[in-house]
Amino acid sequence: MADHVDIDKHVRTYMIVFGSLLVLTVLTVAVAYLDLPVWGAVAVALFIAAVKGSLVACYFMHLISEKKFIYLSLALTIFFFIGLLLLPILTDMDQITNL
Amino acid sequence: MEIPYVDSPRPDTGLTNGKIGTWLFLASEVMLFGALFASYIVLRVGDPNWPDGREVLNIPLAFLNTVVLISSSVTMVMAWASLVRKDFAKFRIFQTLTVLGGVGFMVIKFIEYSAKFHHEPPLLPSTNNFMAVYFTLTGLHAFHVLCGMAINAYFIGPGAKLWKTRPQWFTDRVEHAGLFWHFVDLVWIFLFPVLYLL
Repeated sequence: MADHVDIDKHVRTYMIVFGSLLVLTVLTVAVAYLDLPVWGAVAVALFIAAVKGSLVACYFMHLISEKKFIYLSLALTIFFFIGLLLLPILTDMDQITNL
Repeated sequence: MEIPYVDSPRPDTGLTNGKIGTWLFLASEVMLFGALFASYIVLRVGDPNWPDGREVLNIPLAFLNTVVLISSSVTMVMAWASLVRKDFAKFRIFQTLTVLGGVGFMVIKFIEYSAKFHHEPPLLPSTNNFMAVYFTLTGLHAFHVLCGMAINAYFIGPGAKLWKTRPQWFTDRVEHAGLFWHFVDLVWIFLFPVLYLL
């Protein structure tokens, strides 16, 4: 929670993050037209999306200065989220045909 | 009975109950979208004829929607920052801009969906797995945008009364509504490249 003294600093940060997000969005589209191999395109697109997502989470959602309880809850969420993404893929590896 | 810790932090967590509740809700949302992303991955890697999103979907409209949603996230934090500065008039302006951002997003989404329905042959959820995934993920996301708009509009309208009696509680509520709105933005940041560009 910010107080009056540092809110001006916060607002300056929001504007920098806003500019960065716009630049990264243009970059996302530009990279998509480079015709990289599928794995390369996926890796680059997800990397840029991860950077953009981190900026939103850290600054707009104030995660950069949050309490331990929130970090612990999110660590648990991320653990299960990764499991959720990996489990179906790992159990279905023989069906992968187009990558 | 007074609800405890609505505008002052609990001594053990250092957080208000509202903020903890919001983050736990967002954790459940991560799992909801996670399940759909996992389904998308399984369907995609198992289908040798998976279409190229760039050829089927409208990239300029999706790009525009990304810009609209990111901009509305900025106006949302500015609305909260205005309340921290005790400037309710500016809060109203920024919060209204945030809701209008949501309206803009939905209008663009409507144009995008209409083009799919009027395409020859029509591109429907039943057309193929790609379109089914596209409509499910973007439809669920659009529903979240609508919910976020309703919450944000409430704080411009009847919800704003709280500012006069409990300004700190109102400021915190707007911050929590903002968490949801930024989460919706965050989901779109991943949906855009995954569906439209890969």
